[in-house]
Amino acid sequence: MNTEFQTSPPPHIRTKDTISTIMWSVIVALLPSLFFSIYNFGIIVLKPVSIAIITAVATELIILYIRKKELSTVLDGSAVLTGLLLAYNIPPDVPWWLPLIGSLVAIGVAKHAFGGIGYNIFNPALIGRAFLLASWPVEMTSWQIHGVTGATPLGIFKEKGMSVLLEKFAGNDNLIWKLFYGEVGGCIGETSALLLLLGAFFLFYKKIITWHIPFSYIGSVFLLGWMFSGRGFLNGNPWFYIFSGGVFLGAFFMATDMVTSPLTRKGKLIFGFGCGLFTFLIRKFSSYPEGVSYSILLMNALTPMIDRYVKERKFGSK
Amino acid sequence: MFEIQTGKKNTFRGGIHPQLDEKLTAPKRTVQMPIPDKVRIPLLQHIGGLAKPLVKVGDTVKTGQPVGEASGFVSSFIHSTISGKVSALKKLPVSVMKYGLCVEITSDGQDEKYWVPENLQNWASLDRDTIKNRIFSAGIVGMGGAGFPTHVKISAMDTKKIEFVIINGVECEPYLDADRDIMCTNPDKVIQGLLMVMKVIGCRYGYIGIEKDKPDAIKIIGEKLINIPQVQLVPLEVKYPQGAEKQLIYSVSKREVPQGALPMDVGAIVINAATSTAIFEAVTENKPLIERNMTIAGNCLSESVNVRTRIGTIISTIIDYLGGFKTNPSKAVMGGPMMGETIFSLDLPVTKTTSGLIFLTEEETNRYQMKPCIRCGRCVDICPAGISPAQIGQAVEFDNLQIAESLGIFNCIKCGCCSYVCPAKRELVQLIKLGELQIKKNKGQKS
Repeated sequence: MNTEFQTSPPPHIRTKDTISTIMWSVIVALLPSLFFSIYNFGIIVLKPVSIAIITAVATELIILYIRKKELSTVLDGSAVLTGLLLAYNIPPDVPWWLPLIGSLVAIGVAKHAFGGIGYNIFNPALIGRAFLLASWPVEMTSWQIHGVTGATPLGIFKEKGMSVLLEKFAGNDNLIWKLFYGEVGGCIGETSALLLLLGAFFLFYKKIITWHIPFSYIGSVFLLGWMFSGRGFLNGNPWFYIFSGGVFLGAFFMATDMVTSPLTRKGKLIFGFGCGLFTFLIRKFSSYPEGVSYSILLMNALTPMIDRYVKERKFGSK
Repeated sequence: MFEIQTGKKNTFRGGIHPQLDEKLTAPKRTVQMPIPDKVRIPLLQHIGGLAKPLVKVGDTVKTGQPVGEASGFVSSFIHSTISGKVSALKKLPVSVMKYGLCVEITSDGQDEKYWVPENLQNWASLDRDTIKNRIFSAGIVGMGGAGFPTHVKISAMDTKKIEFVIINGVECEPYLDADRDIMCTNPDKVIQGLLMVMKVIGCRYGYIGIEKDKPDAIKIIGEKLINIPQVQLVPLEVKYPQGAEKQLIYSVSKREVPQGALPMDVGAIVINAATSTAIFEAVTENKPLIERNMTIAGNCLSESVNVRTRIGTIISTIIDYLGGFKTNPSKAVMGGPMMGETIFSLDLPVTKTTSGLIFLTEEETNRYQMKPCIRCGRCVDICPAGISPAQIGQAVEFDNLQIAESLGIFNCIKCGCCSYVCPAKRELVQLIKLGELQIKKNKGQKS
């Protein structure tokens, strides 16, 4: 009889979930929006998507090699996810080098300069997008849909006002419906609230994200949009406010990024509310029509502070 | 007819529902072990002082004869569990990576009893001190795992007002089944043991907490309690660690035991179901604690069973009796899979606190590489103590012990839920234990 055993401290059973199962599940949850994007913008979207993913993975591999880390880490899917999310945040018809530089910045600067997975302060994909938007504002804001160039609904709303937008979309119901299922101009992955919601339900079902951040984010955008986005108080169009732009992509897939959001549930509610508040402020008062990515980055910066002050109540304490 | 309460939510914050092997969680049949040829009885099977040896090599002892005398108040009597000859009195391997002073007894096969068996029908005539003395001289300690001497626990009313006693009928860990077995086969002993403790302490209320996944135990105990209004059955939500003392007290009474405090500080005492049976036998039959129920489970065995065996039996004897291993285990755990410690060999004795043995196969013995924390917050969500294992783990990893302490490292109850749920496979509870040791060492205390 074998009487020599391994020894190790408890616990001796572990959950089957790993970092890879989480990352790959998020990627799967994002795929419906990609298929819709192909329908919406044409097969052309696969070019920036694949360039972004390939660059992200290649950059990750090179840096892992330089840092003498295990190269198999790349299989955890986090680099693929960053590439995919970066591509989701750029317009469909961009020069090939734009997603390439974006992924390079996202993985090289935002992720690995801070220490790699788990240590980055800001969402890497959003840093990539912010870098591109600051450096090539023209390329990053030229929109097309079904091959026709035109501004995004939020852009029209910002420049010309709600009445022009309603005229263009033949009434409010039609506008909201189109925004909801996504046949509007915008970034590659952000237009279809419906399919993003579908992916989000998959993540809820798999218990990968909790409701706290999306709820308080979308909820606060809805309320603030309703209260202040129209003429006078309580005269805004809250449905337009939440279905347009990148709110759904941001709330379900970017703000919920585990590394850059707070640990506690209370903290997550505060984080989501902050994202909503900044999204509203940027949309309303800045020169940009959309503020999702900047608002999430701002809240990423506040996350360590939220974690410092917002804690669970210790069992047995007052 | 007895009714299970459903209105109240009898549970606590956090906790997990581990993905378990259903074959191992099923109720198990009980096997009575024959009297072993040899027992090795450690003189320290409890929290407190090492018992003072009362025998020397060559002495003849009977079953139940004291071989170790309690040294000081927090200590316990140790008895011979078979009759025969003392063949050794020296340091021998006892449990987890340790050697301890043991009395080794070789059986004469007679199993001659040292104590005079009584069959007291009406123990209510006994006064408090008699009950307490019988518990003390029977060497009864907490059999759930901690091994705190019971006579010390029930002396708590000298300093604190105790309002209720809770019987812990929650198996402390998944796969363990020995307490359910005891409650189903000896419900009267469990209940009478509780009433004895209540009498000694002078409190009016008793509770028996049982998880809802043991409907047989709930039914049997519930029916016995119909005529005992001062004791209430509390069916509890199935969740780990429902059997942890502080969590159990909260689930039953909604009182929280603060960090560093004891159950008696909130007016509660918790007694394990097996301990309650032993108390009953000590008081009415005069029988010392010489045997116990334990679960032997694992896919390496042809069948997972509960075993009733003499304390001091060498584990390999039990395994041989059960027919050996089907496949070679790669890990042997004393206790349950969440908090049990691994043992390095089968040449170790069963003690008063051995609630189970789990044998894991090569495939079940997962070895993971620890990755950086991805801050998913799952450990924070499930921590029953309400601390942040992720942050404490990182603080210990980078030697920031002061931060670890300010984050509440000593609030940890070591349930291991955090390590269980971590997708980055971080050794969270292990880091917390390490941090606590280092902090205590820095402060010049003994662990």
